Amino acid sequence: MQATRDFSHYVRHLGPGLSHIDLAVEGVSCAGCMSKIERGLSALPDVTLARVNLTDRRVALEWKGSALDPSRFIDRLAELGYKAYPFEPVRAEAVETEQAAFLLRCLGVAAFAAMNVMMLSIPVWSGNVGDMIPEQRDFFHWLSALIALPAAAYSGQPFFISAFRALRARRTNMDVPISIGIVLALAMSVVETIHHAEHAYFDAALMLLAFLLAGRYLDQSMRRKTRAVAGNLAALKAETATKYIGADEICVVPIAAVQAGDIVLLRPGERSAVDGTVIEGQSKIDQSLITGETLPVKAGPGAAVYAGTLNLSGALRVRVAAASEATLLAEIGRLLDNAVQARSRYVQLADRASRLYAPVVHAAALVTMLGWVAWGASWHDAIVTAISVLIITCPCALGLAIPAVQTVVSGAMFRSGVLLNSGDAIERLAVVDRVVFDKTGTLTLPELDVTNASSVPPDVFELAGRLALASHHPVAAAVARAAGARAPLEGVEEVAGEGVRGRVNGLEVRLGRPSFCGAELIADETLRRDPEASVVAFRHGDARHVFAVRQRLRVDAAGAIATLLKAGIKVEILSGDREPAVREAARSLGIDEWRAGVTPAEKIARIEELKRQGAKVLMVGDGMNDAPALAAAHVSMSPVSATHLSQATADLVFLGDRLAPVVTAIGFARKALLLMRQNLWLAAGYNVLAVPLAVAGLATPLVAAAAMSGSSLLVILNALRAHRGAREFG
Amino acid sequence: MEVLVFLVPLALALGLLGLTAFLWSLKNGQYDDLDGAGWRAIADDEPAPDKPAP
Repeated sequence: MQATRDFSHYVRHLGPGLSHIDLAVEGVSCAGCMSKIERGLSALPDVTLARVNLTDRRVALEWKGSALDPSRFIDRLAELGYKAYPFEPVRAEAVETEQAAFLLRCLGVAAFAAMNVMMLSIPVWSGNVGDMIPEQRDFFHWLSALIALPAAAYSGQPFFISAFRALRARRTNMDVPISIGIVLALAMSVVETIHHAEHAYFDAALMLLAFLLAGRYLDQSMRRKTRAVAGNLAALKAETATKYIGADEICVVPIAAVQAGDIVLLRPGERSAVDGTVIEGQSKIDQSLITGETLPVKAGPGAAVYAGTLNLSGALRVRVAAASEATLLAEIGRLLDNAVQARSRYVQLADRASRLYAPVVHAAALVTMLGWVAWGASWHDAIVTAISVLIITCPCALGLAIPAVQTVVSGAMFRSGVLLNSGDAIERLAVVDRVVFDKTGTLTLPELDVTNASSVPPDVFELAGRLALASHHPVAAAVARAAGARAPLEGVEEVAGEGVRGRVNGLEVRLGRPSFCGAELIADETLRRDPEASVVAFRHGDARHVFAVRQRLRVDAAGAIATLLKAGIKVEILSGDREPAVREAARSLGIDEWRAGVTPAEKIARIEELKRQGAKVLMVGDGMNDAPALAAAHVSMSPVSATHLSQATADLVFLGDRLAPVVTAIGFARKALLLMRQNLWLAAGYNVLAVPLAVAGLATPLVAAAAMSGSSLLVILNALRAHRGAREFG
Repeated sequence: MEVLVFLVPLALALGLLGLTAFLWSLKNGQYDDLDGAGWRAIADDEPAPDKPAP
């Protein structure tokens, strides 16, 4: 029974006879790969477009006619040595891409207009002290207005819209003072131009817009990059299901194409992608990702199967239940919604700063105006001076202060294996004083490992590994991986539910249950020494060996925990796993506080309790049972092997087999928060220096321009220091 | 100062030209793959245009 693959779900039809598909490709890293893939795919008949995007690691493909099956492309890429999966952009990603393009367009318009207005301004600035006649100056001012007004109206949209939304909701944000500043600067410049005045602030307003848009764009492109990587990872995990399309006919389809009532096949070694009930077959199921419990459960007809669980021994036919109505998922989803809502009330640092900054600035402007009137100046002069105070204090560098640091630090985190999922995660991660770890898949590696490899002769180990390649069973797969086996033995047959056997040099070799290999005694002894392990036996002629297989702690876990403790961060374990396993892990890592057998709801309760005590909690977890707890914590992290749900919920995702990224991420975040605060003070301080000039009525457009570009430059230079993390975190 | 009659429209036109060029390049997808663009410039040649007949 050979499965066909159906990827038609991912194909977009562009027009008569023209189809399009996006593929996420693993391992594209250089120009060589790029041209190899493009050439290889273009050589297929009817392909009209094959273009690699090296930034996103994706391939866009277009072809004529409907004869071509998309799986052909995937096979072709496999021949070329690349693993590819059809890719469906998540809606959030499509929206972000659109926004980024709009921001870039606005930035382009603002920057070009600023350059042109600046060219007109320089003769005015120098002409004011020289021999420029008033008519020429007015003419230049009118020309500036002609460029600046439409340009500002277009490129200011992101700020105006956001400010309007905030005001309508009776809130204020960063964009409100910005919008007020820009509109006032432009309006006053027009009025001044009409009155043949010496100064107009068109250049300052446009420059302000251009700098702020640059900050916004940096911020956006950082988040977009992370989202693209996360999207690819989701696609590379190949969330497909094997669906019955006839009585005996099966077909591999993407999860999105599976509906309630469908019947899917779950082979041994496969992770279930659906919730459902078993209708045929007997097997054992590892539910550790859902419940945290590492002991496999038996599954027969009528048993429930949840998405994310691993089928261990036999093939199962599963009838799909409506995933959204499935009790466990629904429960977790509901908890998740509540927790996410609770956290969205957190106010971003920049908005908090502007909330303080705006009233001070507006009050200063008001005092200036009243002061000048009291001093005996005309109302016109007083208002002009007040507005120039507003313009000169407009938080231009403030808009760059945070995105610039975020961009630099997210680049540095990216290089050390941490991806950011949400923009304000850095600020929240920096204040963490307690880390809560899940055990299974977080402190331990997601894959099983052989623990007694040193007590087995290397040649036996290698032979067992090669034999194990023939089996789908996860325990056998662990043996094959640990032995580093690459060449499978020939003529190996699988005995269902028992193991695999073959022949080497005339001697029979077997790998499987201890009873299958006649090694019950050795197996019992191994289990007495390590009751948590699973065992698999190997027999070569009359020689018998037993491998103990279990989840292993990440290699650097103890070191990472020690660093955290040394930095004064408290650490605890919340695990759904059984007590002995958790106690053992906590003991070997030097963690005093741990709880075992915890349900998702209890995890949330514990985190809420910690929050009430005033702790800022970082939750690190991977299972679906962790997703609500991740959302409830102040900030959260997931290993990249996590289930889709918890990966999407976590603020940060870390790659690789080590725990060190968790520690370095905190180090980077602390440094980044320090720099962000410095930057805010720098930006505010630099502008405050210019305030006395403005209050005294001496704020020429030249001073405004210098203050803006000077403070922006300073802030960017300071942000570049974020590429090194805080010292105590290595 | 009559030269302004030429220079001002010229300056405006050049500015607009630059902006149009930028917007065109943006729409053309030239900023979609910033990493790949650098490598494409030094790639040996274009992908083989000749395809075997279907």
